[in-house]
Amino acid sequence: MAKENLTDIWVYLSASPLTGLTITLMAYSFAHRIYLASNSNPLLHPVLVSSTILISFLLATNTSYQDYFKGSQYIHFILGPATVALAIPMYQQISKIKKLWLPITVTMISGVSIAAISSILISRFLGASIETQMSLAPKSVTAPVAMGISEKIGGLPSLTAALVVITGILGAIMGTKILHLLKLKDHSIKGIAMGITAHGIGTARAFQVSSEMGAFSGLAMALATFTTAFILPYLVKWIAN
Amino acid sequence: MLFINGLTILLLYQLMGEVTVRWLDIPVPGPVLAMIMLFVSLVIKGSTPSSLQSSANTILSHLSLLFIPAGVGIMAHFDRLQNEWLPISVAIILSTVITLIFSAAVMLTMNKLFNFSSDIPKKNSEGPPIKSLEQLQKELIENESDHG
Repeated sequence: MAKENLTDIWVYLSASPLTGLTITLMAYSFAHRIYLASNSNPLLHPVLVSSTILISFLLATNTSYQDYFKGSQYIHFILGPATVALAIPMYQQISKIKKLWLPITVTMISGVSIAAISSILISRFLGASIETQMSLAPKSVTAPVAMGISEKIGGLPSLTAALVVITGILGAIMGTKILHLLKLKDHSIKGIAMGITAHGIGTARAFQVSSEMGAFSGLAMALATFTTAFILPYLVKWIAN
Repeated sequence: MLFINGLTILLLYQLMGEVTVRWLDIPVPGPVLAMIMLFVSLVIKGSTPSSLQSSANTILSHLSLLFIPAGVGIMAHFDRLQNEWLPISVAIILSTVITLIFSAAVMLTMNKLFNFSSDIPKKNSEGPPIKSLEQLQKELIENESDHG
């Protein structure tokens, strides 16, 4: 009797949105705590840790991604308004944008293009499928936007989400070392390069170096986001021919 | 109430963005166009309403939470990753290094070309940017996992 009840309960739980939603929040809150305790070590980024926990849980309980997404779609939905909200931190940088608009514009357009072109061409050269190439193309911009772009140009949004996080982590780890090797002193330049390459994860790392580098990285991240959204669909058409 | 009003504004802009993108057949994600529309509105208005500030702070402070559902979706692509791990990893590593060096080089050249480099450090000693810098840093320290 009790056993049957338990099965009933499990049948209910595995089909209800409540489970997916709750385990996502639990995994995130746990991962976020670890991340803070590790002094923001990029290798322990909350998305990486919580996705690993959740995937292990789903595989162990034999739950399909579709069932999980029934609940987590409510969190996923907020990506839309969150993207719109990025206008506000960008507006806070308006005085810097006005002063440095010319060098920043040129750097944005060329940096964003090289990020997309290099990832498409390198992966194509090594035999990646077209969906994989398209999923890689927006890897340097912040995840909600990258996923939207990926979908528009024929990539796989969920693959892009993972690639974006990996790019951010790589950029955060290698970025400061490479910029140091280049003997760059100007923190505004270092910040711009970091923001274009490694979006928010790189920006968090840049703030650990200096507030100036962080602010410029945040600015570059916001500008690269919408430069990519505008350029990439046309760039992809051009590169395909 | 501030939060709800702000969220309503964000959703209204998103709605306008999604409709415009479909109507004019623009290959840009709806929320991105909405972000630009909101940015332009803020520039015209000249300040951020406190309702928007409140909802944006709340939503953006835990941005990483929002892409966990998509990140977990990688489990649907295990086969692809197994087959294509080499091109994917080489492309990510090389492209990250190339983008970083290239962007720094372009920005350095542009600064030298237009003689901006001497201007940049000055910006720190001006009034308003310092405040926003500190605010930004504070926000980031409070929520280390911002953005992604």
